[in-house]
Amino acid sequence: MSDRELGVPLHHGDIAPGDERADRTEIVHGIRGYLVGLGLSVLATVVAFLLPGTSLVWQPSIPAALIVLAIAQMGVHIVFFLHITTRPDSANNVMALAFGVFVVFVLIVGSVWIMTHLNQNMMPMERLMQMQR
Amino acid sequence: MSIQGTDFAIAGGAVADVPAPVHAERSLASRRIVTAFGFWVFLLTDVVMFSAFFATYVVLENMTADGPRGVDVFNIPVVALETGYLLASSFTCGIASLGARARNNLMYYGGMVATFVLGAAFVLQEFSDFSGLVAQGAGPSRSAFLSGYFALVGCHGLHVTMGLLFLLTMIAQVFAKGYRPDILRRVLCFALFWHTLDIIWVGIFTVVYLLGVVR
Repeated sequence: MSDRELGVPLHHGDIAPGDERADRTEIVHGIRGYLVGLGLSVLATVVAFLLPGTSLVWQPSIPAALIVLAIAQMGVHIVFFLHITTRPDSANNVMALAFGVFVVFVLIVGSVWIMTHLNQNMMPMERLMQMQR
Repeated sequence: MSIQGTDFAIAGGAVADVPAPVHAERSLASRRIVTAFGFWVFLLTDVVMFSAFFATYVVLENMTADGPRGVDVFNIPVVALETGYLLASSFTCGIASLGARARNNLMYYGGMVATFVLGAAFVLQEFSDFSGLVAQGAGPSRSAFLSGYFALVGCHGLHVTMGLLFLLTMIAQVFAKGYRPDILRRVLCFALFWHTLDIIWVGIFTVVYLLGVVR
């Protein structure tokens, strides 16, 4: 489907996000891809939900482990569900994704960084209240 | 969609009397690629908007105004159930996209209906979570933390609700008009939308629920 529209063969330079290169084994291959994606993301989810309640791992490492698991799971979803891969024909999709990730990173890390410093440098709330009286 | 690439290459070659640039043919993409890429860029801007809600939530997380904290009000087994609904719906949505491409009615309609049922179960569960929180006095006006929480998770819930309407529209359009290329482009956009919402939910259950319980 991706390289044919209205029966006209199109060039092989690009691929739509969400599409996969397909051949005759399209459906079997596609279902297998979605099953692998589902399996990996269920695995990451189950581990993530078990982590907060377990005493098997070093407790201070749990927040970092949860964030790593979430990023890994997002990667699984992007590759197996959205089909944004490192193949050359998906380069435009990856570039757009990279810019999006960059903006998200700047927004979240920048906000948290600035607000943490603001909180640390601000007068404690009780003293602020006293001065206002 | 005509074979524009070929036309362009021939015209260019005739006028300048030099071989057309090799990349001229490759530089024209099909409408399926252009449409899906445009929708992908829209989805990325939607993700940027969500990241602003995430940043707001993380900044406000500890400002509970002596009200309940996350660990007091979050019900992790219910969140796990909601996550299961969304993960399963991402899989059935994938089956539906395969069915649309293969023009297989059973896979397409079956996948879409299963996706709708799972998505609706998610929305209903989330709605009952929210009304439970409001009933126990932990509504969005209780503290800055709860305002941020309802804004972020509620925004995702609204997106899923819109996605369900999108889904019903796509079932109706394929039913009425068949697997036409323009309809298939919309089905592709719906699948992109649905999978992206699932990625945002991964961020929510990690940052809001699991990290909120660990701290």
